[in-house]
Amino acid sequence: MSGGAPILSVRGLAKNFGALAVTRNVDLDVAKGARIGLIGPNGAGKTTLVNLLTGMLSSDAGEITLEGARIERMSPEKRVHRGLARTHQINTLLMEANARDNVAVAVAEREKYAWRLLRYGPQWRACLDEAQGYLEETGIGHAGDRRVSLLPYGEQRLLEIAIALSLKPRVMLLDEPGAGIPSSEAHLIHDALGRLPADIAILLIEHDMDLVFKFAKEIVVLVLGAVLTRGPPAQIAADPRVRSVYLGRSVA
Amino acid sequence: MSAIPQSKSDEPSALWHALPWLLALAFFFLADGYHSLGVNILIMILFTLSLDLALGYAGIITLGHAAFFGFGAYAAGLFNLHVSADPLLGLAAATLAAAALGLVTGALILHTRGETLLMLTLAIAAILHEAANHMRDLTGGDDGLAGIRPGAVFGLFRFDLWGKTSFLYCLGVLFVWFLISWRVVRSPFGRSLDGVRQNAKRMRAIGTPVWLRLVAMYALSAAMAGTAGALSAQTTRLVGLSVFELLTSGIVAVMLVLGGERRLYGAFVGATIYVLVQDVAGAINPFYWMFVIGILLVAIVLFFDGGLMGVIETARRKLRRGGAPGAAP
Repeated sequence: MSGGAPILSVRGLAKNFGALAVTRNVDLDVAKGARIGLIGPNGAGKTTLVNLLTGMLSSDAGEITLEGARIERMSPEKRVHRGLARTHQINTLLMEANARDNVAVAVAEREKYAWRLLRYGPQWRACLDEAQGYLEETGIGHAGDRRVSLLPYGEQRLLEIAIALSLKPRVMLLDEPGAGIPSSEAHLIHDALGRLPADIAILLIEHDMDLVFKFAKEIVVLVLGAVLTRGPPAQIAADPRVRSVYLGRSVA
Repeated sequence: MSAIPQSKSDEPSALWHALPWLLALAFFFLADGYHSLGVNILIMILFTLSLDLALGYAGIITLGHAAFFGFGAYAAGLFNLHVSADPLLGLAAATLAAAALGLVTGALILHTRGETLLMLTLAIAAILHEAANHMRDLTGGDDGLAGIRPGAVFGLFRFDLWGKTSFLYCLGVLFVWFLISWRVVRSPFGRSLDGVRQNAKRMRAIGTPVWLRLVAMYALSAAMAGTAGALSAQTTRLVGLSVFELLTSGIVAVMLVLGGERRLYGAFVGATIYVLVQDVAGAINPFYWMFVIGILLVAIVLFFDGGLMGVIETARRKLRRGGAPGAAP
């Protein structure tokens, strides 16, 4: 892959739920601007891995290093401030607020305005202006004034991406951005992913194989919580083990 | 529904904002003999406003806000008896004391949610109730804390028998807290807490230190409730154990729901209606006045989203659209 030290590096990451090992000794290197697809059958531990990386779950063993700093014991919010952003498999949005406000609160948080109790004018307007930019970047610039609960599902998925983008992350974890989207709207997600800034490293978890193979430069296959294999898309598609545990199912 | 205005055209005109204060001043000049009632209304508005910050905006489920009202009341009373008779100093001391209590208890309980949090807030008020009951030497126990004699405001305006000074004093304090609340709910801080109320998981994902921010809002709300308690102690010159009772926490929650959450002015409407109904219906029949409040509450909760203030807002919008079609943007 591209040269230089990885931005995000994972070594020996492990997590057990009781006797069940959901993440087993996972190693992962994510370089600047990487486009990595993370695939695996249901229950392979993909979302668990995202939750371990973001700190929503605490790991039992292993190291996570973000830009040279160990983060595996840091709180989720500290990791966000260090440049690790995520989207959610199931929309996790402020449903009563409008789309622009959803992004603006993230901008305010990033800029640490959110501790200012009494100054409400100029900074908030600046956050709103910047927020509109991210909405346009993801293709939902027209939806800024609309209450999120009234947005079509596909646009809510894009809003998840716009919010993550507004945090100016170094690494972005996209947890099934295409989940639940009718195929007629799938191109919206394809387009939005294609427009993501080249210098952000992206880890994409996705069931939609079209999307993964089009988007990723490298694919990591997770089975039963462990990395089965990794490599460029063509090699993964040709790997008989991958076919048998994963692709084979849908092909057969 | 979020009541933080989403667009400029949604904002009511300056006249609407001036209305409650103009009404209060009109009351001051016209309602001779009712100033004590007015003082009671103003204090309950302030208390309800404090709950709107915690419960309304930040979504902190609490049935123990009396803890801060009562703590502020006792703090102001004790400050008056043992330190200084200056009312503003007493007010400041009580406010800080309540804020400190909010900070400590908030830090202890705000990592919990839902029913657990509800029980913990109840428990804290109950503990304070028992503590005040047992420390008779300090608080007077169930006889109450008597002998409070606040000095003149700014050393100039003495508290009179009819409550005229008290009324303006409370109105001034309410105005200051209202301005603070107004800015806080529109600040990035307030908006982030509105976000926490809607979806804490989302806020954590954008890097919000949820617990810390809730504690900060809780302490602010506690400070405001403490000011309300202090005003009550200074104007009635008495603090009884009932300030810590569950009923006190319940009444303020009823006032907020009646008036409408997340509207700031909801506190004004809810507390005013409640105290007036209590006074009028209570004079007609001292045993059944709660019946009126009960009916009102059921009607509001079942039929009107956003309380009485929600009804007023809807009427205002309709009025504007119907009355001045050319003025629409």
